[in-house]
Amino acid sequence: MQPRRHQRVNDFAFKLANVNGTGSASANGLLMQAIFRMGIPVSGKNLFPSNIQGLPTWYEIRVNKDGNTARALEYDLMVMMNGQTYARDISEVRSGGYVLYDSSWPLDDDLSRDDVVFLGVPLARMCNETFGDARERILMKNIAYAGALVAILNIDMSIVEQLLDERFASKKALRQSNTRALLLGYEYAKEHFDCPLAFHLERMDANGEKILIDGNTAMALGCVYAGATVAAWYPITPATSVMDAFKEFCERYRKDPTTGKNNYLILQAEDEIAAIGMVIGAMWNGARAFTSTAGPGISLMNELLGLAYYAEIPVVIVDVQRVGPSTGMPTRTQQADILECAYASHGDTKHVLLFPSNPAECFEFAPVAFDLAERFQTPVIVLSDLDIGMNDWVVPRLRWNEDYSPDRGHVLRAEELESIQKFQRYLAENGTEVAARTFAGVHPKGAYFTRGSGHNKFGAYTESPNEYQEVVDRLLLKHGAAAKHVPAPIIERRTGARFGIITVGGCDLAVREALDLLQERGTPASYMRIRGFPFVESVSKFIDEHEYCYVIEQSRDAQLRTLILNETSAPKNKLRSILSYGGFPLSASHVLDGIVSTKEVPVAVHY
Amino acid sequence: MPSITKPIAAHPSLQRNQLGLTIRDYEGTMSTLCAGCGHDSITAAIVRALWELSTPPHMLVKMSGIGCSSKTTAYFVNGAHGFNSAHGRMPPIATGANAANGKLLYVGVSGDGDSLSIGLGHLCHAIRRNVRMAYVIENNGVYGLTKGQFSASADVGSKSKRGEDNRMAPIDPVMLGLSIGATFLARSFSGDKEQLVPILKAALAHRGFALVDVISPCVTFNDHNGSTKSYVYTRKHSVRATEADFVPPAKEIVAEIGGGTTVTMHDGSVVRFQSVPKDYDPTDREAVMSCLQEHQRRNEIVTGLLYLNESVPNVHEMNSTPDLPLVDIPFEALCPGSAALDALQEEYR
Repeated sequence: MQPRRHQRVNDFAFKLANVNGTGSASANGLLMQAIFRMGIPVSGKNLFPSNIQGLPTWYEIRVNKDGNTARALEYDLMVMMNGQTYARDISEVRSGGYVLYDSSWPLDDDLSRDDVVFLGVPLARMCNETFGDARERILMKNIAYAGALVAILNIDMSIVEQLLDERFASKKALRQSNTRALLLGYEYAKEHFDCPLAFHLERMDANGEKILIDGNTAMALGCVYAGATVAAWYPITPATSVMDAFKEFCERYRKDPTTGKNNYLILQAEDEIAAIGMVIGAMWNGARAFTSTAGPGISLMNELLGLAYYAEIPVVIVDVQRVGPSTGMPTRTQQADILECAYASHGDTKHVLLFPSNPAECFEFAPVAFDLAERFQTPVIVLSDLDIGMNDWVVPRLRWNEDYSPDRGHVLRAEELESIQKFQRYLAENGTEVAARTFAGVHPKGAYFTRGSGHNKFGAYTESPNEYQEVVDRLLLKHGAAAKHVPAPIIERRTGARFGIITVGGCDLAVREALDLLQERGTPASYMRIRGFPFVESVSKFIDEHEYCYVIEQSRDAQLRTLILNETSAPKNKLRSILSYGGFPLSASHVLDGIVSTKEVPVAVHY
Repeated sequence: MPSITKPIAAHPSLQRNQLGLTIRDYEGTMSTLCAGCGHDSITAAIVRALWELSTPPHMLVKMSGIGCSSKTTAYFVNGAHGFNSAHGRMPPIATGANAANGKLLYVGVSGDGDSLSIGLGHLCHAIRRNVRMAYVIENNGVYGLTKGQFSASADVGSKSKRGEDNRMAPIDPVMLGLSIGATFLARSFSGDKEQLVPILKAALAHRGFALVDVISPCVTFNDHNGSTKSYVYTRKHSVRATEADFVPPAKEIVAEIGGGTTVTMHDGSVVRFQSVPKDYDPTDREAVMSCLQEHQRRNEIVTGLLYLNESVPNVHEMNSTPDLPLVDIPFEALCPGSAALDALQEEYR
């Protein structure tokens, strides 16, 4: 133990600066998982480029014993493995912090800082001496720095060994190389530095009932559990891994045990228009189907979303949001598809939206999305984002209710069709907003003609104003009726709160941390996290109850605020924006700074 | 496809198929197309083919996009499920429907704007996936509902009704299909029901995606001198390559045509079709390609079931789905359950 400095256990952040395509993700994931297994609340944020090999990429790890694991903006330690970004990386280290670098080559003098400690480890030299193969030398440098971190941060070596055993169970040679590399870094650090540093890790027991999972994997798993059999998609960052995971889970859980046949069909479409078309066709025919995409895909799907809305065909879309407009920054996160999704397509359209905040909610909301889509016979879009979807999160274990049975909505089966006089597709009776539907091939009386052109309540073509309006007016009522069935907002009132804070999705952790910091400063604020659209009454009520509210979100144009203003009676001057839309996950200090420097105009946070 | 209102009661002397249904049972609502439109004849051929095949109406799914041709799915088999979707987007919608339930019979009706312009990409990929469906392109070389613009199938030198020349090369769906692995390619003429009905029956019996390109003159916008999609031009330049009873998997299909047929059309003109070339092999992709190119050079339209390959698996076979349609698999067989979830999560520790 080092008596000379104040000890800081399980409360710090460090950042790893790498070159993409060099295998660093594997080493960084190893560190993250080891810390998770030590029972410490942890988060890992992968800030990566839209590139395959050669560009800068960063991985940030924050540990916090109190569970505040939103992105940190200050780093106690920087692991510099990329000469291209040395200057920038060094500048991001907090005063009194550390820089670990590859001392195989000397650092330029102009990079030095008096207020940080430089820890040089000759990673390249050691690996070159130890490994013969050129590719292996590069790969093992990563494991070697991981070894050094094990020493200086006091990561439990037995856990790391265990993880390597698991990873390389069937690859003995690779396991040996990894061990050698790990020990290279570990022993060098032990010998040359005072290990551990003043800030370091110690085992806790905070993760007993937790798992480490990314949102795209959890979403895919949710779709398997919800009974989706058809999936159509077009590859797009950051949504691709949803379908990768869906395929993996299907191969595992959806092979017929006796015949070996696939109880699923995944269609890689020619574009997102086709992907949504396939989902429409499959759900029209009675399957549970979905597509996963990002903003550019939603743009292309607009046309057919209107068809699904008007012809009342259930659809489930997972939108893993990234930075727009246009190609934007595909590997960066944002929440700027909200308005596009809420009103996608020409004509009067409104869709049902779900906003998960973490991977656990991705899993939880997947069956909800299918249930709502089928119950209300309309598109449901689950708005995840890159941060939720592609980063590993520590979340409570996923639970499955064995009593769950899919809500297929109002579907007439053969027996019911047999007993009725005549089936009318769009005739919602007894004041209900949703009419019965039928599936092809079930019964001769169930046949009807679906059209995206003007139709009356009997499903027949029309150009009559009254007949047209009768149908679209019901669609509006139907959309409104969904408000009570989307996941309710999470509301936490604090005593003495004058103002409220409204947020959405992955902002959750950063906002909660900021709420605690505000409370410490004697400024309690109430909290509301929106989880679904259309908005249920409690959303308006929360706004009514407070003098004013901050709406914290990740888009330039304050899209959640706009949606609230448009869809509730909340007055404009009551909702103040705090916006962070540069593409990196939100941090508590963004929120705090925004509130402290409060003005009547929207405040953009730059970083 | 009645283009006139008919009495509801069917005459007792009407022939019945294996299901005891008359051809009237395969009709739809009244056509709203122009009098003499080629599409109505195609609708009549579809009605006849389905009736002859004794297809249970409710086991049929009619898919279409947008355009004059796409409207026609309402004009046949009222008892079938229909989906008149969006412009060009029918192939993916049909693909999804077929994925969900591969046991139904799918007929897609599209036009040259729908299939060869806005939806060309979708058509190509439905062909590549070999989605099991009969896909009819009612090809008239012109946009009707928007009043006479050239479509992508208009031939070079073809004149519009306003007198403009088309200068861009046409997209020929049959040549296109040959180049991207289509497994069933046919071309016919709306005025040749004798040829078209057996082709449609073969298409419905095909294992995968059956593309039937039907030249279907637009009497309002593309039936004048200078058009290469007019009744007169098509009759003069059609060349039969095969007889439709060639199709091996559909032995019940009876050819009603012979080579060198003389057909008298409604405008009184007479066209003599050439005999089928004896050495034409509709299973030899390269030979078919060169034969079509040769006729194309002579400005002849080759008709018949032009190419057939029954050996290529369809989308379900490629993906090894079960015999039971995906829609009929019970939820219990789809949801892994809570025990599996608990076990799985050990891997996320």
